[in-house]
This record gives sequence, structure tokens and C-alpha cells, in this order.
Amino acid sequence: MNTARIEKFYYLMKLGREFELKAKEHYMLGDIAGFLHLDIGQEAVSVGTMQAFEKGDVFTHYREHVLAIAKGIEPKLIMAELFGKKTGVSKGKGGSMHLFEPKVNFYGGDAIVGGHLPIAVGCAYARKLQGERAGVFAIFGDGASNAGAFFESINIAAAWKLPIMFFAENNFYAIGTHISWVSPFIDLKEKAKNYMPTFECDGMDVCDVYNTVIKAKEIIENGLGPVFIEAKTYRYEGHSMSDAGKYRSEEEMEIFKRKDPIKNLKNKAIEKGLVDEEYFRVLDAKVEKVINEAVEFALNSPEPEIEELYEDVFCKECENVIP
Amino acid sequence: MLYREALNRAIDECMAEDESVVILGEDVGRYGGSYRVTEGLISKYGEKRVIDTPIAELSIVGNAIGMAIAGLRPIAEIMTVNFSLLAMDQIINHAAKLRYMSGGKITIPLTIRMPGGVSRQLAAQHSENYETIYSSIPGLIVLTASNATYAYYALKWAIKSNDPVIFLEHELLYPMEMDFREVKDFNPFRAEVVKEGKDLTILTYLKMRYDVLEAEKELREKGIDAEIIDLNSLRPLDIETIANSIKKTKKCVIVEEDHKTGGMGAEIVAQIMENCFYDLDAPVLRIAGEDVPIPYNRKLELASIPTPDKIVEKILKWKAENGI
Repeated sequence: MNTARIEKFYYLMKLGREFELKAKEHYMLGDIAGFLHLDIGQEAVSVGTMQAFEKGDVFTHYREHVLAIAKGIEPKLIMAELFGKKTGVSKGKGGSMHLFEPKVNFYGGDAIVGGHLPIAVGCAYARKLQGERAGVFAIFGDGASNAGAFFESINIAAAWKLPIMFFAENNFYAIGTHISWVSPFIDLKEKAKNYMPTFECDGMDVCDVYNTVIKAKEIIENGLGPVFIEAKTYRYEGHSMSDAGKYRSEEEMEIFKRKDPIKNLKNKAIEKGLVDEEYFRVLDAKVEKVINEAVEFALNSPEPEIEELYEDVFCKECENVIP
Repeated sequence: MLYREALNRAIDECMAEDESVVILGEDVGRYGGSYRVTEGLISKYGEKRVIDTPIAELSIVGNAIGMAIAGLRPIAEIMTVNFSLLAMDQIINHAAKLRYMSGGKITIPLTIRMPGGVSRQLAAQHSENYETIYSSIPGLIVLTASNATYAYYALKWAIKSNDPVIFLEHELLYPMEMDFREVKDFNPFRAEVVKEGKDLTILTYLKMRYDVLEAEKELREKGIDAEIIDLNSLRPLDIETIANSIKKTKKCVIVEEDHKTGGMGAEIVAQIMENCFYDLDAPVLRIAGEDVPIPYNRKLELASIPTPDKIVEKILKWKAENGI
């Protein structure tokens, strides 16, 4: 643990948390609509993985705001997308579940559970062909680990020794369905262990997530094929804003809240005497400023024009030749 | 009665009457259903008959087919029609064909319920209408439930039917309070004449029924007496009711939420051409969704589907252009 790393981890996790809280607030106000899946409680996974996987390609599901921020998409562009504005990262056409930014190798934003996994495998195939070493990062939840697409993906990736990291973000619940009701394994790595090396890390501890990804990534970079990491974590909120999440007990929630990734990082750093309270107050102020600017930007941005409805169905070259 | 309560009542009564009726899907049991359609069923019938499945649509439908072959009467719930694409192989290559391929020896008493349509800002992967795909498949029956009465009777009929039924619901209808009336001699394949009229026939189904009813008020103010028909069943299509109406009005408008190109209206127009060509005074007007994936932004979303205002505007323009 060094100060530079603490700063980065804390800042991004706090930024993610505050972003989500603001998004929730503006959902209530009606500025944001549709399905909004909050990442609150799971920030250590989003930040730890992306800090360790800076260069590679990222494919994700719909609980993705913090991952997108940690991968380098500006919060204001994400907030504007949530508000459905023209300036949003997907021009207001995708919304919360569909964030894309190829400039930082962020390929969304898939709202069909498990649907992104075969695509990530295809990308890994291409990267191998192109001689790229950074590899592909594919994150998914416990729900997706039961889908056919998941099993096909780990099989193909292992058969062809593709440079891909399967990251299982196990928060135990697929909306209201507990993993133990629909899977013989609560430990998702059991599903992959005959296919590739598997790792486990504490999904509530950003340093552990980061270190595990760094270690596992070596296998990919050395051309030795895919790896699988499981992180157990917890979402404090419901599945989306339309789910109160009442199927979980207070006790269970408390167990994880006691391990809150942001609070714990802060306390540990202070205990070790690396930094003091004031240090975090400065970071908090910085976060507040960025989030306020993001909301301002989203509020003041224009709506898309009606004509844009028909844009982006096909590429410009194609649109020009369609009679 | 709420729309979702009508569906719940139909399932509840079928499960009470017949032990072979089971329901399976994502979050249908302990959670009570994504749209609360299956609320309370697990406490009455237990988790062996109200089955929480993993997120595995191919298996939800595939397993249901196996259950049906073995003598159960499964109701498979797909969380949204968008996810039914993952089960498409089981629905089309298996459910629809097993009876025929076996020379009639295999029976599939299966109901597949799917909420769908353009709800509110759910973006492209959660806003779809696939009725055209399903109604183009021989071996499938496709019913659309726009109201509590039809939903109740048609779902009961579907569960008792010995053939696979695709049962389409619309996500915006679930919380709607609706009239419920007793029906004798229910026929799921009959279209409903929602309002009689003499000037033109409007064919519609599912949620668009309500947009058309809204538009009709304005048409009436302009002196246009429209006949509104809710198709209910898309396959088979009640061409008889449609033809009788067109014989009277000589004009026909189709209002549908799905994409215009290759949409449901395209098949309906073809059947109208075959059956009513000489009765028509003008080309049939299709008012449909735009040919774009559904955008997230509310303004663009509304621009992508028919709304009451657009329905009125397009009908007036069409009338003027055709001098009718």
C-alpha cells in the first residue's frame, strides 16, 4: 500500500459512490429514467479491476457506471447519458445500461445477461491474432454464470488459449434469485476450474482485487490462455431502482456494510499512519466538485434533435448509398 | 381489476384446478414475478410447481417442452420478449415442430408468456415487439392480451390448450385498472370490435389499443366515425371480422407499435389484399414504429412509436391525399 495508490483507489471509489448517489437522487427527480442499476457497495471490484487492467479491452454488463469511470470515461459524459442528453457518451441513445467508448477500450454496456461474453471471447481471439498482449477483461455476475453463453465462452477461450480474464462479480442475487437456488455452486470459480487457472479475491477490498488481477494478468500476458477470478461482493441497493431488494436480511446486509470498501480503505490507511483525516477531506472535496460539475453539465446539455432518431442505424458510408 | 391481477387469477385458477399446471421462469416464485403477475402463487402451490429458474432462457423453454411432453402443462415466463431471442431455437425448432415432425404423436401443451413492447426509456435491448417473428411460424399460436377480460380468458384457454401458445403482454399495461366482464362462449381467435363506426376501420392490438382510443376522440370531433378492432389473436388472424368491417367502411388503417418494415401490419395488409381488394376505396395506411432500434432519450423514444397525436395527424393526411 503506497500513498499514490491509496489516493487513486479512494478517489475513484468515492467518485463512483457519489456518482451513484447523485444518479439515484436525479432518478427520483425524474431526470433519469428507465432501468438504473446502482453499483453502491461494489466499488472495490469496479475500481480495483480497472486500475489493474488499464490497457486491455473491457466488456461489461449493465451495472457499469463505476467501471466506466474507473476505465477513464469522464463522469460528466456518463451523467449526461443517464439524463438522455445529446452530449452523453452514447448520444442519449443508450442510457445507463449502454455506455460505450472505444477510445478507452470500453465496449459496453450489455443488457442481455451473459450476452457480452461470447463477444469478449471474439475480441480476445482478434487480439491474439493481432499480437496484442493486454488481453480482454469480461466482467459478469452470478446470474450470468448460469447462462449457456457463459459455459460456451469458458470452453472456447480455454480450447483456443485466448487472452481473456473472466471476472465473476458474485453478489449472490440475480434480481431476487439467490445463487444457491439455481446453481450447485455458490463459489463460481468451481464452474471454471477445469478449464483455466482460477483465483479468488475479497470483492470488498480494493487492494486485494487489484493485486489479484495483477497476478492473474501475467498468465494472459505470457500467452498462456484465459484466467478466471471470483470476487464476492454485495450491492447495498436493489437490483435496479424498480427493486426494493427486500428479499435480503438486515443481518446479511450488515455483514457486508461492515466491510464497506471505501470506509475500510480509509481507516486502514489512517491506522497505518500513511495519511490523516485531512488528506481524505481534500479528496472528498475534489469528488464533490467533479460530481457537481457532472450534474451541471448534464442538466445544461441539449436534448438530441428528432433527426438524430434515424442516425447511427447504419454507418455514414452506407446511409449515403441507401436510396 | 388490474391487468396483472387478471393474469394472476387465470394462472391461479388453472393451478388450483389441475395439478399438472406448473409455472417456471426467472423470479416467478419467491420474488413474486418481475411484474407481480405470479405474486402469491408459490405460497399456494409450493416451489415444485412454481419454479425459480436460473437466467437461462433456452433452458426455461426447453425444459418446459420436456415437461409438456411428459404430461405437465407448463407456463414458461420469459422476463421480456427481448430475452426470448435466447430461447428462439427451442421455440421455433422444437416447440413449433415436434407435433408435426412426429406425425402428431407428440403433444406440447405449452404456454410461453412474454411481456414486451416499448415501455418507458428502457432502451434498445429492453424495448421490442417480436409478434411478427412468432406469428410467421407454422405451429405456433400467437395471442396478444390488451385488456383484463381477454387476458383472463385467453390465458386460461392457452394453459388448457394442447398446442404451444405465445402469449404476449405489454409492460405498460400491468398496473392499469381495467373493467372486467364475464364472457360466455369465449373464443381466443375472435377479434374484438371495440367501437363500431362507419367511416374507416382501425386495426390494432396490445397497448396501441389505448392510443387508438385516445386518437379516436379527436377524430370524432372532426366528424370521423372510426370502427376500432382489437385483433387479439395474431395467428390465426380473424380475417373474417376484418373483412366484414372493411366491407362496411371501405377504408383501413393499421396501428402497430413494432417496426414498420416486415412488421405485423405487412402481413395484415397482404391478407386484406387477398380478401378485400375490391372493397377498398384507398390504399391501407400503416401507422407503425420507425425502423430504428428504440432509443433511450424520451423525446426520441416517443418519436419512434405511434402516439395519439401522430395517429390523428397521419390519418388526416392520408384522407386528404386520397380524397376520402
